[in-house]
Amino acid sequence: MAKANTVLSVRGVSRRFGGLVAVDRMDFDVDEHQVMGLIGPNGSGKTTMMNLISGALPLTDGSIDLRGSKISGLSAQAINRRGVARTFQLVRLLPGLSVIENVMAGAVFGHRRRWGRAAEDYARQMLDRVGLDDAANEPIASLTYIDQKRLELARVLAGEPEILLLDEWLAGLNLTELETGIQLIKDLRAEGRTVILVEHVMDAIRSLCDVCIVMNSGKKIAEGTPAEVLADDEVIRAYLGDDDA
Amino acid sequence: MTGRELRNITLSAIVLALAALLPFLGNGYVLSIGITIAMFTVLATSWALFSGPTHYISLATAAFYGLGTYVVAAGIDHLPYWLLLILALVAGAVAAALIGLATLRLSGVYFVIFTLGLAEMIRQIVSWAQNNWGGHRGLYVLTDITEEILYWELLAAATAVYLLGWWIGRSRLGFALRIIGNDEVVAAHSGIDTARAKVMLFIVPGMVASLVGALLAPRWTYIEPAIAFSAMLSFQVVIMALLGGASRLWGPLLGVIPFTLLWEAISIYFPNQTMLLLGIVFLLIVFAIPRGIAGRAEDLLRAVRPRGN
Repeated sequence: MAKANTVLSVRGVSRRFGGLVAVDRMDFDVDEHQVMGLIGPNGSGKTTMMNLISGALPLTDGSIDLRGSKISGLSAQAINRRGVARTFQLVRLLPGLSVIENVMAGAVFGHRRRWGRAAEDYARQMLDRVGLDDAANEPIASLTYIDQKRLELARVLAGEPEILLLDEWLAGLNLTELETGIQLIKDLRAEGRTVILVEHVMDAIRSLCDVCIVMNSGKKIAEGTPAEVLADDEVIRAYLGDDDA
Repeated sequence: MTGRELRNITLSAIVLALAALLPFLGNGYVLSIGITIAMFTVLATSWALFSGPTHYISLATAAFYGLGTYVVAAGIDHLPYWLLLILALVAGAVAAALIGLATLRLSGVYFVIFTLGLAEMIRQIVSWAQNNWGGHRGLYVLTDITEEILYWELLAAATAVYLLGWWIGRSRLGFALRIIGNDEVVAAHSGIDTARAKVMLFIVPGMVASLVGALLAPRWTYIEPAIAFSAMLSFQVVIMALLGGASRLWGPLLGVIPFTLLWEAISIYFPNQTMLLLGIVFLLIVFAIPRGIAGRAEDLLRAVRPRGN
């Protein structure tokens, strides 16, 4: 049974692509105000897991509940409206729209819907929130990579989601950008947001996550605090191979 | 309402009033060109309302246009004309909703091909139905609607389309369509019901084209499938809208006027090479001004004005 403050609960979730089992009977809960890290070697099924939660892919088996009501089987837009919002591994923006309109897309159609002045004001707050307030009228093409990532985050935040899925949000940033990026997610955590993040940057995982789920070949192989799972023999084997364990 | 909107509305009202005076010139030839321009303005503007933001190129105009024509042709002896116009609107909306539900999951080129085939399919069905049950191929539409009245009717339809487009542009639906046109995956993951938004807006050009077909039926007098479902019409609408620029409400008008005049000249001076020249014009548009005259004009304005203005 899920606890009272569980936001998202994943039960027996599998996804097959033909003969390949990309996600194999995954079980986990995400509690309110918790930052959960989903980690594992390349090809272990992390992004597929994110796609299953956000509705980008249908499940083969199992169920996913958001605050006790089933969201698996719904379309991506219905899942977003119920409060699950995501960023993409390769940042996706709306190049034909202005910076502020990109954020308004989230504010107008997301979990909490706003319109007109209210949507624009809230979008501006979110731009301010991610540190892009002076770029509101810039064309999308002029944004640096970290600013594109910030903009995508602002769009996702603008819908006031219950839970935030960040798919390798820190990937591809240089060292100074990485510091900024980690600080931004720390601030989100301090605000008490519920977040699942897929990440490869170990420093970020250690400093950001309350709990970590480690996946390998589609299965959960460890669960616990970052320090616990990173010391786990099976996790070390999964990352580094048998000889180093 | 902002000062700029007020100015635009005043300007539009003046242009409309001037356009409405055209029949008083008393020149039949000028009026017939005016009717063609008004007709294509209605068709191309409503086409761009959907295809502009979504980038779905629809070649279904002729299918809806022919549907409207046939509603009038089949009902003119039994029902009042104004009621047939309403029926044509309804028939166009229903047909567009059904076609939209069936096809808007198709992407890019498949959608184009489907809409092109659709007009042909409906034409064949109508021909077959007439041959088997109608007893004869064509139908007569005899009314006392003059060219002047037809022109004003089309002008009223154009006004309605502009008002509708202006309203959609400010609505959540219009915003949703722009997001879908940019990235459908982002749209869905931002909470937009993409299928519903696309179908709702696809209904607009469908019902408008059906209405235009119904309005023009009396002009033909004798209706047969080859006239009502002419694939040429679909292509003309697309070319005009793209020439003018489909991303702005007033864009298609900038394509309709020069294209209609050019077409008129081609038909007079090169009556046997119209298709060839149409193809060349289409190629030139795609290569030289892919974003249309409206897009070009905006680029020029931006280059002249200092940045950040």
